[in-house]
Amino acid sequence: MSNNITSLSLVETIEALERKEFSEEDLNSAYLERISTLNEKLGIFLEVKKNTSGIPAGIKDVIITKDIKTTAGSKILSNFIPQYNATVVERLLTQNISIIGKTNCDEFAMGSSGENSSFGVTKNPWDLSKVPGGSSSGSAAAVSADLCVFALGTDTGGSIRQPASLCGVVGLKPSYGRVSRYGLIAMASSLDQPGSFTKTVADSRKVLEWISGGDTYDSNAKESKFIPSTTLKNLKGIRVGVPQEYFEEGLDKGVEKVIREAINKLEELGAEIVEVSLPHTEYAIATYYIIIASEVSTNLARFDAIRFGNSRDNFGSEPKRRIMLGTYALSSGYYDAYFSKAAKVRTLIKQDFEKAFEKCDVIVGPVSPTTAWNLGEKISDPLTMYLSDAYTIPASLAGIPGLSIPCGFSEGLPVGLQILGKYMDDETVLGVGEVYEQATNWRKEKPKL
Amino acid sequence: MLTKDQVRHVAKLANLSLDDEEVEKYSQQLSNILEYIEQLNEVDTSNIKPTFNVSDNVNVLAEDQIGTSLTQEQALANASVKKDDFFVTKGVFNE
Repeated sequence: MSNNITSLSLVETIEALERKEFSEEDLNSAYLERISTLNEKLGIFLEVKKNTSGIPAGIKDVIITKDIKTTAGSKILSNFIPQYNATVVERLLTQNISIIGKTNCDEFAMGSSGENSSFGVTKNPWDLSKVPGGSSSGSAAAVSADLCVFALGTDTGGSIRQPASLCGVVGLKPSYGRVSRYGLIAMASSLDQPGSFTKTVADSRKVLEWISGGDTYDSNAKESKFIPSTTLKNLKGIRVGVPQEYFEEGLDKGVEKVIREAINKLEELGAEIVEVSLPHTEYAIATYYIIIASEVSTNLARFDAIRFGNSRDNFGSEPKRRIMLGTYALSSGYYDAYFSKAAKVRTLIKQDFEKAFEKCDVIVGPVSPTTAWNLGEKISDPLTMYLSDAYTIPASLAGIPGLSIPCGFSEGLPVGLQILGKYMDDETVLGVGEVYEQATNWRKEKPKL
Repeated sequence: MLTKDQVRHVAKLANLSLDDEEVEKYSQQLSNILEYIEQLNEVDTSNIKPTFNVSDNVNVLAEDQIGTSLTQEQALANASVKKDDFFVTKGVFNE
């Protein structure tokens, strides 16, 4: 019984509760039982709440939760108890969602493997010797291992899409401004965007409907709420752009094969495949690291141990590295050469997408150049780690929505298809993802734990 | 190339205390990253405006209204040092 309950999607769970197939108490105890068996092995939850009601969701530990310890994966916040909820959390609570736990993550959301947390490493449920991806490592692994119905994460340069891909779940980074950032422990404010990890695309749509919309506490949040429109039945009339730049050197052959097959499937479902070009892709990582490091160095200045938190000596090495890089880039005499230059290249990257979207409705390609890699493999070389985000960073710089959806396996490890859309056209991204999901069986594959 | 002295200077600006080993490590790693970033110079950005924000929201205004806020006790709840219901900071003039 309990295994059945925990394998249901959010939409299925809501329906089963309405039909009174099981109670909210049964639902919570089924998930709590699974957590007690698997959490230690996987390193997913930092805090677990033993609720008896509500629909259990996991919340990434950079999203603040009233009266529940929130560490952002950092020793600097090892005893921080927020006095209020993030807007996204507040909105979920009004929908009968309960917080089952706070999920592990790279410190201050900085990392691509989950290994930068100060509170232990999260393992990939598909292979415990592999990384789950990051920085929303625990949220992705939690949904993959059925330890919660869905989870919230944050995506700054791929921190939702990449771990979703590596853990074989659906991950949505909404358009920048679609969802309020109020109550996120900020990493890079011009890029940070909360989003979801779910078992299906229909679930992503539901969560986005709940968490989106204007917020007086975030001036970048657009007033208009996400309203789901009629779902697509097939892909007739949809133009799918394939950027050649996402299939060049560095892309693993096994991943490429799976992605090409997924594109063929989209064509079979009625889509018209068009070649598009995103010529500034190769400059995205350099642009991104200057912009985020600069924003990080200012955002993390607030950690002065006066109002909250421990002393700055408690920063781990990745936050320190980024604070150093950003402080240097913004320091007198270097601003024009670094930050200003990067902001201009960002314009060119954004224009690449605008031009490409004249020829297509969505753009598809790989999320990650490889499947999940071995724990420890890239940790000593920050630059190599940064390069693993090559396909997710450009969309973040442009602020456009991106979905990672399971599309197959390479050597037993999940591969995600990335679907990118026009700014504020989250609906088409979800629509295409849903048609693909319903025509394939990938979501039914579960890790053996 | 970022020298060790430059690393120490930047650390001071960023209010980070680094030990010698970290200074050595960051001097090398930051130099590698900056070298990688040099490639941006290949891009012609003359006449290109910078992008600092993609939401296009401009001057978002709100009515100035009195609302509920944290109590003093709540606001101080996470402070490690407090005195007479205030945060305690380092002195500016009398260190």
